[in-house]
Amino acid sequence: MSGEGRPGRQRESTTHCPYCALQCSTVLSGERGGVAVRPSADFPVNRGGLCQKGWTAPSVLAVPDRLLTPLVRGADGVLAPAGWDEALDLVAGRLRELRARHGADAVAVFGGGGLTNEKAYALGKFARVALGTSQIDYNGRFCMSSAAAATTAAFGLDRGLPFPVTDLDGADVILLAGANPAETMPPLLRHLEDADLVVVDPRRTRTAERAALHLSPAPGTDLALALGLLHLAVTEGLVDKEYVDARTTGFDAAWETCAAWWPERVEEVTGVPADDLRTAVRLLGGARRAYVLTGRGAEQHSKGSDTVAAFVNLALALGLPGREGSGFGTLTGQGNGQGGREMGQKADQLPGYRSLADPADRAHVAAVWGVDARALPGPGRSAYELLDALGGDGGPRALMVFGSNPVVSAPRAAHVTERLKALDLLVVADFVPSETAALADVVLPVAQWAEEEGTLTSLEGRVLRRRAHLTPPPGVRTDLEVLHALAVRLGQDAGRFPVRPREVFDELRRASAGARADYSGVSYARLDAGEALYWPCPAGGDGAAHPGTPRLFLDRFAHPDGRARFASVDHRPSAREPDETFPLYGTTGRVLAQYQSGAQTRRVPELVEAAPETVVEMHPDTARRFGLADGQTAEVGSVHGATLARVRLTRTVRPDTVFVPFHFPGAGRANLFTGDALDPRSRMPEFKVSAVRVTPAGERP
Amino acid sequence: MTGVVIVGGGPAAHRLAARLVGYGHPGGVTVVGAEPRPAYHRALLGSVLDGTLDAGRLALPALPAEVRQLTGVRVTAVDRARRTVRTGDGRALPYDVLVLATGARPRVPPVPGLETGPGRLAEGVRAVRTAADCRPLSEGPVVVLGGGIRGVETAWALSGTGQEVALVHPAGHLMERHLDAAGAAVPAAWLAGRGVTLHLGRRAAEYTPGKVVLDDGQVLAAGTVLLCTGTVAETALARASGLDVREGVVVDALLRTGDPRVHAIGDCAEHAGAVGTTVLQAWEQAEALALTLTGRQRPYAPGRRVLRPRTPGKDMVVLPPAGPARPDNTDGTDDIDGTVSLLDRAGGRHARLVLRDGRLHEGAVIGSPSAVAAVSRLYARDEPVPADLLALLTGADGAYAGDGTLPDEAVVCHCNNVTGKALKDAWHRGAHDEAALARATRATTGCGGCASVVRRLCTTLADDGDDTPAEGATP
Repeated sequence: MSGEGRPGRQRESTTHCPYCALQCSTVLSGERGGVAVRPSADFPVNRGGLCQKGWTAPSVLAVPDRLLTPLVRGADGVLAPAGWDEALDLVAGRLRELRARHGADAVAVFGGGGLTNEKAYALGKFARVALGTSQIDYNGRFCMSSAAAATTAAFGLDRGLPFPVTDLDGADVILLAGANPAETMPPLLRHLEDADLVVVDPRRTRTAERAALHLSPAPGTDLALALGLLHLAVTEGLVDKEYVDARTTGFDAAWETCAAWWPERVEEVTGVPADDLRTAVRLLGGARRAYVLTGRGAEQHSKGSDTVAAFVNLALALGLPGREGSGFGTLTGQGNGQGGREMGQKADQLPGYRSLADPADRAHVAAVWGVDARALPGPGRSAYELLDALGGDGGPRALMVFGSNPVVSAPRAAHVTERLKALDLLVVADFVPSETAALADVVLPVAQWAEEEGTLTSLEGRVLRRRAHLTPPPGVRTDLEVLHALAVRLGQDAGRFPVRPREVFDELRRASAGARADYSGVSYARLDAGEALYWPCPAGGDGAAHPGTPRLFLDRFAHPDGRARFASVDHRPSAREPDETFPLYGTTGRVLAQYQSGAQTRRVPELVEAAPETVVEMHPDTARRFGLADGQTAEVGSVHGATLARVRLTRTVRPDTVFVPFHFPGAGRANLFTGDALDPRSRMPEFKVSAVRVTPAGERP
Repeated sequence: MTGVVIVGGGPAAHRLAARLVGYGHPGGVTVVGAEPRPAYHRALLGSVLDGTLDAGRLALPALPAEVRQLTGVRVTAVDRARRTVRTGDGRALPYDVLVLATGARPRVPPVPGLETGPGRLAEGVRAVRTAADCRPLSEGPVVVLGGGIRGVETAWALSGTGQEVALVHPAGHLMERHLDAAGAAVPAAWLAGRGVTLHLGRRAAEYTPGKVVLDDGQVLAAGTVLLCTGTVAETALARASGLDVREGVVVDALLRTGDPRVHAIGDCAEHAGAVGTTVLQAWEQAEALALTLTGRQRPYAPGRRVLRPRTPGKDMVVLPPAGPARPDNTDGTDDIDGTVSLLDRAGGRHARLVLRDGRLHEGAVIGSPSAVAAVSRLYARDEPVPADLLALLTGADGAYAGDGTLPDEAVVCHCNNVTGKALKDAWHRGAHDEAALARATRATTGCGGCASVVRRLCTTLADDGDDTPAEGATP
């Protein structure tokens, strides 16, 4: 079904929810101001389900403070409406000037995991070709980078779920490490109904409440827990030796480190009873169909990639990956968190998951782009390092932000805000005045989900069509139109930056042809005909259309020898553990009614009613210990900064831990207390562990 | 620079050598171990005994190539004046820094027949100390001598394989250094439940191959006798070279002996009057010494370490007294807050916790896996105990259970933030089944988890026969 109306019937468009990576299929009807949504009954991922965010998504199309004209900060320091030509000329002029004075890397780009494949692709190309800068990364670095690093090393390829979501329906046991889909992607639970869940989470989340077994490790100790589970898999005799011999390498080295993690030691470090660890392994190892899935809780650490690797090791030892009916996967977060990490907006990557460091990859993409491969810049700074360098010595002087709100979502937010303020030029393309847009010198109003065509790649690696139900309001342009207009002003051929999504998609098919994430066989026509296409989907050489790859690794893993790799990883403490001054673990995360930085969901009245402000969840014992009461405003402070939050007493959080959701602005930003420690491999910040203290607001010691 | 020579091939020596390289120690690092194989996990010997781990899986990771590793080589003398150690195979190894990590040897109780000469165990007798000790047992029953932690672990591991085991222990109850009689009754019951015969308050009087005679005249058939009677720090080398030795090689906070070039770590060292370590403590010492030797002086501060016997499937933890009792100025008593005990003989659970300043001072928890885990962490991190101590000890988690009623303000459908009241209101407006309530309120349309609650609500309201409109029904 496409966006065209049918005579005699209300016009309807089948598209997907604007939020998370589950990408529930929805049907939109009605005109601007009165758009209605309903879940598609026949889409296998959501099967007629939708959470409150999805049901209320049409409200975002009608927010009262929608950006409808470019804004330019005047000499008086106030953002004032401006014409498109004025704004674009100004931006292009300043970019040229800064580039001439400081070099191409003086201009940086920050993208987002919510951008369509077409936009992510065009943004990466714009940075490398029109700006010639190496300084591009995106907020997906804060989401998927640890899982991507670990699974690429293990399997040779990173696709969040290397199997369709519906495969989970038949699972007997599923281990969820640091994932809370009951709140972050509720309709996924429809696929977990028959399985016994083993949930690893310091909080007793709604997902944990549905679990057969809940393991509650202290924040930052998931790696020790995973090592302990592998240790037990060996001593309980649950290792699939035949599989390990035939399909993997590196088991012996992996065992050598986890040998030191006998269950009683793991218990001491994690606080999880040894008996529960044994039960978990027996459940997993005894199941006919078992899955191990990770989420941000395991990944957003300075040892996140090693933690994922340790869970992959467990899955490999049990013989799960690459077998139909079992496997390892990671639950991608943002709407296009999968496609967004394959399309070349990541600091070290080119489209198709190609590498900027690989000469053959550079040559292929340069040829598609019609440029000299030698002219392509090399890898640039990772997201936090990029933000940290802004406006400093040798750092970028200008930043262009698309589809992101780092003032709220980046770690060590007060510092990042200062860096953004230190820029000579901040340009933000958004459809609402986000907290980051409020700091900008130029704000460019762009189209949003139901106003644009494109594709996204969901958590299962399936390429999905987003369809325009409305035309953008007058004064609003699409991101592709913005990039085109700027590229032309920067001296690029008009034809090099097409504005039609379908054209961009056709180009990215060529750019990804033969690459790991090969989209060359996917087309709008095939998608619109209802085909379920999972990458890799190469163009059929002999005329026959490739069916796509719903399940990866069934015959071989993507390394040259076809074998998966065990990783030799060891536990280590978090960057900053609680001490006398900051005696608690502070951990950050999500609530059901808000999405990411909240720029969209905080504008939806029903969602604000459900989750209006920053809360700090703490155990009643903890509140008593620190002189706090339910409903009081507390300051949650770390060595990096402090957040103001309303105390919510709950027994679902460990007494040594407080939890703060990160969706809220201003003094309630949870990221005011998160720090700048990064995973050495993935450059993922440590969102999940800070050492904090809690005090009544205004009574800091 | 001639570098560091480490005497000993166990986990402490291994960790120190690895860390020295990791921290960029500029000189050479040599490890001299008497055992024929590189370092391995002693803590896992029980897993070999109970058949869950192959002996080949005990090895610690290979040391970095920069480390010179001598195995099967015994150090025979230390010449501190020349800063040289001599080895049994005739080498002279010069050092700038010498680290003694010689470990401990099994204590052999003075029972006639156990030894055929000094340090030479009789046929059929072995300790549980080395990988070699885990070789297959002789035919016939096993007699474990000693009912401390190691004895209990060993008897538990062997009895799990179906092996016939008798345990002989001179004290009136097991683990008497750590547990009171009531507590010790729990592991005693575990062992008895697996068919282990306990001979408490009894000593072995004589051993001859094939049998152990007890001090009351009982004769126990013994294919193998396993010595779990403690260890003695291996200090001969230190003593011979004139270093200060009490029970162990005496070291200060920087793990130095009286000779600033000679250090000692692990089971052979005596720090602050304490000798004998768990492997985790030995690793902490190795870590601290590696930092000190690479220029970041790091005094060793022993962490609070629980004793966590390895009896897979059964859980217990001992919290050693955390420092001496502090007398109170006014009445001469110490400042203990009190003691909390739980004895559930039928359920096989026991706990005794001594509190000081609202924190755990010492105690033991047996038979309750979640309480063992919780108490271990609170003790190790010196954190305040929860308000509900009984819940802590029983491992109960009060918050899961609800009483089944549905308060109006309770959210039934979290995915769509639908309260019980909203559902009842919709029902009264005519939405009388799940589908109609879903259309009216969106309840059940997210994860689907509340569908059963919504259906039950329909039944309850229908049974009540109450179809009066909710709004305006009461004045």
